[in-house]
Amino acid sequence: MAWSKPPLFALCLLPLALLAWDATRGSLGPDPVAQLEHRSGDWALRLLLATLAVTPLRRLTGVAKLVRYRRMLGLFAFFYVCAHLAIYLLIDLGGYWTQLFDEIAKKPYITAGFAAWLLLIPLAATSTQRMMKRLGRRWQQLHRLVYAVPLLGVLHYAWMVKSGNVIAHRAPLYYGASFAALMLWRVPWARLRGGLRTLRAGTAAATRCPTPAARR
Amino acid sequence: MLIRRPPDIRSSEITAESVYRRRRAVLKALALSPLALAGCGRGAESQAGQAANAGAPLEVARRGAYVVGDPPTDYDAATHYNNYYEFGTAKDDPAKNSGRFRPQPWSVEIAGEAEVTGRFALEDLLRPHPLEERVYRMRCVEAWSMVIPWVGFPLGDLLKRFRPTSKAKYVAFTTVARPDEMPGLAYPVLDWPYREGLRIDEAMHPLTILTVGLFGRTLPNQNGAPLRLVVPWKYGFKGIKSIVRIAFTERQPVTAWNRAAPDEYGFYANVNPAVDHPRWSQATERRITGAGFGLFGNRIATLPFNGYAEQVASLYAGMDLRRYY
Ligand code: HEM
Repeated sequence: MAWSKPPLFALCLLPLALLAWDATRGSLGPDPVAQLEHRSGDWALRLLLATLAVTPLRRLTGVAKLVRYRRMLGLFAFFYVCAHLAIYLLIDLGGYWTQLFDEIAKKPYITAGFAAWLLLIPLAATSTQRMMKRLGRRWQQLHRLVYAVPLLGVLHYAWMVKSGNVIAHRAPLYYGASFAALMLWRVPWARLRGGLRTLRAGTAAATRCPTPAARR
Repeated sequence: MLIRRPPDIRSSEITAESVYRRRRAVLKALALSPLALAGCGRGAESQAGQAANAGAPLEVARRGAYVVGDPPTDYDAATHYNNYYEFGTAKDDPAKNSGRFRPQPWSVEIAGEAEVTGRFALEDLLRPHPLEERVYRMRCVEAWSMVIPWVGFPLGDLLKRFRPTSKAKYVAFTTVARPDEMPGLAYPVLDWPYREGLRIDEAMHPLTILTVGLFGRTLPNQNGAPLRLVVPWKYGFKGIKSIVRIAFTERQPVTAWNRAAPDEYGFYANVNPAVDHPRWSQATERRITGAGFGLFGNRIATLPFNGYAEQVASLYAGMDLRRYY
């Protein structure tokens, strides 16, 4: 399986390479800056969802080793978010980069995007084997944060779409649905059903039982 | 409805032979251009689209009276990156999906509080007005901007011919709605048809123009052929396209974006860096120059009234522009 990591690494770099290629050739259309923002943002979100898809895929296929790709995908998602932010700050805002703070404070879609980026920082920082060992159980707890990131990403996307445009612009909806599916898969249905059964059994038993007063 | 001739042309408007000839050329250009190729099948659509995009050259009587210093956006960007939701909501949709639109023949209904009303052929409406080129800044509410050389004439000159009454406090405009030619109408994005409006003093202001072309050529379909409004100190959505109705009204008319999201899009929609859109800042804008230009340094500060404050700020003296955004 180790042989497959370099190709995956290259594959993850491909969208950025194509973006850079298009940018240098001037083939990003009339508003190249928006293209850079949109394409980097799209790949950040796709890679986040791909990261979340690893575990279900592993269970469904029974290929346990798939988990090896999870960290790489997650780190690439972080990498694309950073590229996305850098494009916004350095290329789009440029000399007006301090406007970022104003936007974070005032614009819900930027607040959500920025929060997602912040959440990813501790996850990326603790992604090494060493950190995993050192944090032990707490590592798992910390990395549950990852579920909030695509949610914030979807909100970020949904909130930037212009009113009225919602019907025609379905992409945030598709990302949201993919995220929902990946989360629904994680709900421990069997355990819930089991819990429900014991609960029902419990209430049934309770009604059959005479009240303490009656027993007395 | 009967197509009427506009009110008599006064002697002051009687034109010299040379000017007249030029206008004939203009009308010919208008008639020949966008989709005289009507009736092309689906296969020929993209070709027809291209023919429309090409735009026929226009004779311009006057240039240089209104020019901004910034370099114009290139023709390709100005005609392939814009909003015209009747053809789709993506920036490249209007150019892609407007090939079937037929801006000829065209007539405009003039209605409401005026002495002369009725439906008029476009040629008759345009005839007395010499065309001039005006290079204006165009600031979209989405915080991008362009610099566009329009070809047109002052709206006020046209409105006066219909002798609005004292009750005419506003002017309401309506865009054509043809579901067969405008695929975006299938989506209830806005309450179709698209509508816009101006206060009468805004409509009569010399900076407010009706345009029939850009870059010296007739308007491509995607830019609002054959007749559109340009109000350079307001956000771009006020510049209603493919106008079929102009009505003088006593009350403030309903406008499409205001109706869709009143807290986001006001009736006035004057460019104002101090009043943010609820979801993005209006303090700065990204100037779109065109493909192949640099990626850096395109962001510039947005100016009050889009840089036309000296000419128009007095229209709003004493008004709270935060309230009337
Ligand atoms: C770090 C803070 C962030 C900032 C300042 C930011 C900023 C932006 C901006 C300015 C746009 C373009 C908006 C427009 O054109 O109107 C955008 C689009 C987008 N961003 Fe972000 N973003 C951030 C974080 C994120 C994160 C964490 C994700 C993913 C999880 C993300 C995903 C997207 C997506 C999917 C789009 C739209 C892509 C499209 O239209 O195709 N962004 N972002």
